[in-house]
Amino acid sequence: MYVYDQYDQTIVDQRVEQYRDQTRRYLAGKVPEAEFRPLRLQNGLYIQRLAPMLRIAVPYGMLSSRQLRKLAVISREFDKGYAHISTRQNVQLNWPRIEEVPDILAELASVQMHAIQTSGNCIRNTTTDQYAGVATDELEDPRPWCEIIRQWSTLHPEFAFLPRKFKIAVCGSSQDRAAIHAHDIGIELLANASGEVGFRILAGGGLGRTPVIGSIVCDWLEKKHLLTYLEAILRVYNLNGRRDNKYKARIKILVKAMGVDAFREAVEQEWALVKDGPTTLTEAEMMRAKSFFTEPAYVAFDDATARAGLAEKCGADPIFGNWVKRNTVDHRVSGYRIVNLSLKATGFAPGDITDTQLELVADLADQYSFGECRTTHQQNMVLADVQMEQLYPLWQQLQKAGLATPNHGYLTDMICCPGGDYCSLANAKSIPVAEAIQARFDDLDYLYDLGPIELNISGCMNACGHHHIGHIGILGVDKKGEEFYQVCLGGSQAKDASIGKILGPSFSQDDMPSVIDKLLSTYLDLREGEEIFLETYRRVGIEPFKERVYEKAD
Amino acid sequence: MRKLIKASHVVEDSWQPMDADTANPGRQQILSLDQWLRLADKSGRAVMLEPGQAPAPLFDHLERIPLIAINFPEFTDGRGFSYGRELRERGFAGELRACGHFIRDQMSYLARCGFDAFQLADESLLAEALASLQDFSEHYQAAIDQPLPLFRRRG
Repeated sequence: MYVYDQYDQTIVDQRVEQYRDQTRRYLAGKVPEAEFRPLRLQNGLYIQRLAPMLRIAVPYGMLSSRQLRKLAVISREFDKGYAHISTRQNVQLNWPRIEEVPDILAELASVQMHAIQTSGNCIRNTTTDQYAGVATDELEDPRPWCEIIRQWSTLHPEFAFLPRKFKIAVCGSSQDRAAIHAHDIGIELLANASGEVGFRILAGGGLGRTPVIGSIVCDWLEKKHLLTYLEAILRVYNLNGRRDNKYKARIKILVKAMGVDAFREAVEQEWALVKDGPTTLTEAEMMRAKSFFTEPAYVAFDDATARAGLAEKCGADPIFGNWVKRNTVDHRVSGYRIVNLSLKATGFAPGDITDTQLELVADLADQYSFGECRTTHQQNMVLADVQMEQLYPLWQQLQKAGLATPNHGYLTDMICCPGGDYCSLANAKSIPVAEAIQARFDDLDYLYDLGPIELNISGCMNACGHHHIGHIGILGVDKKGEEFYQVCLGGSQAKDASIGKILGPSFSQDDMPSVIDKLLSTYLDLREGEEIFLETYRRVGIEPFKERVYEKAD
Repeated sequence: MRKLIKASHVVEDSWQPMDADTANPGRQQILSLDQWLRLADKSGRAVMLEPGQAPAPLFDHLERIPLIAINFPEFTDGRGFSYGRELRERGFAGELRACGHFIRDQMSYLARCGFDAFQLADESLLAEALASLQDFSEHYQAAIDQPLPLFRRRG
């Protein structure tokens, strides 16, 4: 993974000192609340319902074991002993004290981490595929490009006070695991007709109040132009994005208002001014970025022998076999598997992880996966490089720690924002809904029979839980001070991305498990062959689901 | 006389504040864009841009403008950062001044976007605010103060 040199370290250290001084002035009453707000937000600090929340950046989801241990210590010493993995692959602490945040940031800087631009109207953490570099369907590793974007966007002087937040995602594989269609800018590594790999650039995607699928602004861009092109898009947005209404301030509204062709033309005009200028990437810089994401020292295995060995162990211990089937994924290299650690055990808030679990994951990363770990936008973690023959001892330790729930990709592996239990923006709680659904559907055989289903829960229109792109989406709404839940169906975050359609009137919290039950039984009644939920929905439409859920009891 | 930060020092302002309502602004008075556009002889006259007033009309006159002020009625409106950069990128060499309700913690970014003068709404904060210009000694991006991105300078 990327390693700081003295330049990166200087920038992060100076940022800590800048924020320490800002906090000191704020606490001394010299900075009004309204002026402190964007300063703390751009250092990751929200003021929440019960306490502040600190969002720590995990650039494109990569963490070293050393960083995991530091996060464990921070969550123990400065918080209540647990942390939360967010849908932007970041780590959130729920109970830090405002006056201690500069010290937390200094601790983070000591392991090459920060909380820069994890909130506020600026360019946020760039996200990518959690299987980057090891996926079997990958054209090219997206992480060097994410790191190049991270450096360019970090403390960018022109784009720190945008109309609204700005999110970029990069995808380098044929299956999109980074939801690039739902981002302000989505970047896809793609070969052109002559086989040269470059970028397709999408803009104007996003969730929130007005969900939109991104539009193609550039069919294919030569790699060296990446940053100048991004700079042109950002300038068009900074100059022209709406600032009169925060609900219409995202770039998706600008792209829609201008029309994608006019938007593209405006970008091309700005681009002409900076194209081939100093921000054009050099061959040396592209090589430097790639040099941090080279292949680790894999052991050579015979594929057939390794698979046969694993199959034997799976046969001997069916519970282990089931976990391998559900939670591990094919690896690019023979004899290795990608392992998903489930943070979706029944009875725990989705995405939460304790200090001791973090330390265990650090040890396991050192022992089995070259000392590295990843966070995912589905709020799980990944050990990307595990030898097949070491899966069994790894699984035994994960099981003991509650990190081996074999539900990866199934109903109970849901995405869920912190919701009204923590977040001051939320209209409704989301964690109790998730827990009620997990408790109702804890029969694994039933889950497997349902097949892969993405269930996403957001506690408000800001859509941190990505409800619009869940196969089933749940949105918390406020009706005269009472919490209700709206359901939408048919969303998808894959390459065939779609926005879910609202089922109908909303439901009370108590009704939610049975509403989900009716949706699922409708699917089971109607599915043909091996259809997954989304495919059945797309074939039959929303009506049969609607009828079942809203039918009057006799 | 009002004070401001210029070239990293607190100095007295040699310009008079804008008065958008007057029909006959003085030669040393900062002009609104409308006033400036109406002038037949623009040489030596200073002009102030508001958010939403793109700097394009100034582009053909940059050599004759001694001062362009960019107003920040609200510090969260970041259009002025782009205006500054656009002006400098097209060769504007006069004074580029931030005024209005920007905050000292934005000054290092503003300086990177080409601003060399800072007129904080509260003059009493100017001396203290100077320190904010020194927040960072290193930067990743190319900007007006450092035309090469870090990746072209890394040792």
